[in-house]
Amino acid sequence: MYSGLGNERKVATRRLAILRYATIAGVLLLLIGFWRLQIVRSSYYATLAGRNCIRTLPIMAPRGLILDHDAHVLVDNYPSFSVILVREHMRDPEESLAAIAHGLRLDRAWLEERLEEFRNAAPYHPIVLKDEATLADIAYIEAHRTDLPEIELLMMHRRRYPPHGFGAHLFGYVGEVSKHEVAGGQYNPGAVVGKLGLERRYNEILMGRDGQRRVLVDSRGREVGRLDYEQPIPGRPIRLTIDSDVQLAAERVLEGRQGAVVALNPRTGDILALVSRPAFDPNLFAVRMSPQDWQQLTDDYRKPLLNRVTQAQLAPGSVFKIIVATAALEEGLFDKPFTVRCTGTAHHYGRAFRCWRPEGHGQVDLHKAIVESCDIFFYEVGKRLGIERIAYYAQKLGLGGPTGVDLPSEARGLVPSPGWKQRAHQEAWWPGDTISVAVGQGPVIVTPLQLAYVLGGIASGGVLVRPHLLLDSDNRNREATTYRFPLKEGTVRELTDAMWGVVNEGGTGAVARLPEIDVAGKTGTTQLVGYDTLRRIGSPSSRQPQLVDNAWFVGMAPRRNPEIVVTVLLEHGGHGAAAAPLAREVIRAYYEKKNRGGPPQYAQRSPSNQAQRD
Amino acid sequence: MARSVSYRELDWFLFVCVLLICVLGVSEIYSTTQSSPRFAGMHLRQVLWLGLGLAAMFLLARLDYHILLDYAFWVYLAALAGLVAVLLVGKEVFGARRWLEIGGINIQVSEVAKLAIIITLARYLSEVRSERLRFSDLVKVGLLAGAAMILIAAQPDLGTALTLIPILATGIFLAGLKWKHMAALVLIALLVLPGTWHLLRPYQRERLVTFLNPRQSPRHSGYQVLQSQIAVGSGGFWGKGMEKGSQNQLGFIPVRHAEFIMAAYAEEQGFAGVLLSLLLYLMLLLRLVYNAETAPDRAGTLIVAGVASLLLFHLLVNVGMVIGFMPVTGLPLPLMSYGGSATISTWMALGLVMSVRMRRFVNL
Repeated sequence: MYSGLGNERKVATRRLAILRYATIAGVLLLLIGFWRLQIVRSSYYATLAGRNCIRTLPIMAPRGLILDHDAHVLVDNYPSFSVILVREHMRDPEESLAAIAHGLRLDRAWLEERLEEFRNAAPYHPIVLKDEATLADIAYIEAHRTDLPEIELLMMHRRRYPPHGFGAHLFGYVGEVSKHEVAGGQYNPGAVVGKLGLERRYNEILMGRDGQRRVLVDSRGREVGRLDYEQPIPGRPIRLTIDSDVQLAAERVLEGRQGAVVALNPRTGDILALVSRPAFDPNLFAVRMSPQDWQQLTDDYRKPLLNRVTQAQLAPGSVFKIIVATAALEEGLFDKPFTVRCTGTAHHYGRAFRCWRPEGHGQVDLHKAIVESCDIFFYEVGKRLGIERIAYYAQKLGLGGPTGVDLPSEARGLVPSPGWKQRAHQEAWWPGDTISVAVGQGPVIVTPLQLAYVLGGIASGGVLVRPHLLLDSDNRNREATTYRFPLKEGTVRELTDAMWGVVNEGGTGAVARLPEIDVAGKTGTTQLVGYDTLRRIGSPSSRQPQLVDNAWFVGMAPRRNPEIVVTVLLEHGGHGAAAAPLAREVIRAYYEKKNRGGPPQYAQRSPSNQAQRD
Repeated sequence: MARSVSYRELDWFLFVCVLLICVLGVSEIYSTTQSSPRFAGMHLRQVLWLGLGLAAMFLLARLDYHILLDYAFWVYLAALAGLVAVLLVGKEVFGARRWLEIGGINIQVSEVAKLAIIITLARYLSEVRSERLRFSDLVKVGLLAGAAMILIAAQPDLGTALTLIPILATGIFLAGLKWKHMAALVLIALLVLPGTWHLLRPYQRERLVTFLNPRQSPRHSGYQVLQSQIAVGSGGFWGKGMEKGSQNQLGFIPVRHAEFIMAAYAEEQGFAGVLLSLLLYLMLLLRLVYNAETAPDRAGTLIVAGVASLLLFHLLVNVGMVIGFMPVTGLPLPLMSYGGSATISTWMALGLVMSVRMRRFVNL
């Protein structure tokens, strides 16, 4: 029998009271804890709860396509997976970054730098860590959904450009927006924008607006529901004036050379082809470019990134004689019969000026001077006109300033004048300078596009339409972009006949001749070293190719009111005659296309740029 | 000794408090498990455990606790044998042996052992004749409880082992612990505590570190505490509503139907719901203290007070863990967490209380 019963004695009630107070205190303590979490810091924890289970995932908008004149696709997109990081989903940056760097084989320092770039962006903003995710990357992300919720795979639309640098300078390329552009407030960091060429010029049209979706995920990162969805707005396509057949012909003739070809229709300003060589592969920029590739591109002394059509500024050589001749005709210099006797050398202001042909051209009139490109004749004309009048006409006809083509960073060129020389060199104009300028040497510089624009304008009677690449199918902007500097009918006739002679009367551009096509043109040769030096060192072609002359040819058809003007620049190509067959091939391609039949049937269906822009 | 007692003498106030807490528990178990195919229907199984527990309570209430006290030695021996058996042939789950399979049913022996310790200590301490406990008494009860504690800790189940400490502490305190002994014990505990660090297993150390600084390693157990706090905090005053807590429904709360059920409950029922449940627990515990005061004898007081301290300890450790006041342990929330052994043993403990209660007017 239990013995304790006999000796009843209550435990001190005081000590049981202590147990009671301890209980009350304990429960109160718990309540304080709940109060702190649920009342005081409730909104903070509500935010955390939302961040836990709500993921904001961007849906990338594809960039608009780039179509040629016949609505063929030139540049499109292809899907590709990138690894992105969303800081909002990050639990512990310190630990995560180490894991991510290791798992995705990224440099830790680079990763931190990358995050730093986005410091001011919204926390849900995706940061691309890696393009073209590999299978290993995808496996890593899937395996770490729970502990690394901040990394995600995202489908991107990556740009696909034609291979072999086709149209590289035309399209340019896209890349991640620079810090500088972000600071402008226009773009979010990480946005893909056009960096060069049309991609840059028409970025506003081409770039879409990314959408996003907010989804509910469970603790394992699995999507269990969709909260809302913001549709991405795809970029709009642009349709170009480029004719792929002409472009292809232009690309072909420049293959393996250094120079530029541009073909435009002076009646409409449509640029039919635009090629610059050496080129680069814009596809290399579509994926994050390696520093080595970039270094190679920028260090190349031949400057592959330079769009020679709009950015190369070179002396026009004898092509400039057409401008001088225009000035002289307009000024009435040839109203009375005017001839010059060329003996190969002429003396002006106490200095000997030579003709390219040492034995001379004999008695020369304007027609013959252009056909055979006699320098002596133009020295005399330049001397009589004076620099002020030459500069006036050159500028009025469109040199020395941008043509306004829709490509970024167009070069202005330069038309020298006494005022310019004073400003730039603090020197007075020397009359001998005028003699050089009269044959397109000396400080006068132009771009290939300017030459096509100006010579096309002269052949069109002084009607110059701003060259452009974006197709203006209804010619809505034609009047606004047309500039008129009416020339006398006689001037135009005289010059176009002379340029026809260059090609068809055994002139310097005879190789540009095409049967049944009314081709006219003008050659130009830009000396990089003077005749005297040349005689001293002999022909530089073998040993110093960089000293070989630049060759120009501007060809057009038909000779009056032409529908195609082609400028060919062959850097270190030798005599201008070397450039002529290239222009011939481009003009031939244009006419072959034209004679095959009108515009392709599907051109009608495809969107015009105007409709897209509304 | 055979006195006739009636169920009319049951503490019905206590009973209603307990039932209300169970209702909150079952409905929250339903809310946490209904969407998961693996756990769906768990609330029904919990109802089954409650039914079994209820039956156990009525049986124990009927049984005179003095009989248990008479056989206290054998009860104690059976408990130790059970604990040894667990270590030898127990079922290993997640690296710990805590369950003994008897006839197809898994029993967590340590849950029942706690009750055995309460009875053993009540018996021993009630027989102490002196006004104050002697040092030798302290050593004896310390050894009695210590043996069971070491066996439970060896499973390993440190949390449950530690529940014996409040039982022991309450027992000796009420039985007349001298103040100087108490001071010495507290001092020893403070000195020994740092030393026990080396006895802890890696996961236990990690939990402690995490407890001290939850943000240090959010991927592991700190992550659990953080997610639990997020659940509680985001519940706000009124809660997100039954089955509407995102932390709960999307699985961010760990073991949300068992140890962390209070986090899920707090998220969905808000501070208002927490207030209700904690008030119920408070009434339950105060009622137990009241029953300890009105017990017919010293042993009865010690039994009821032992149960009270056991439940208080569970409440403080479990809910404290949910709100980040305590390190992560596996201690369930009595009467709310899902679990067979824990639920039934709690009801059995209440049965002991009822047994004392029903005999309060006898032989006074």
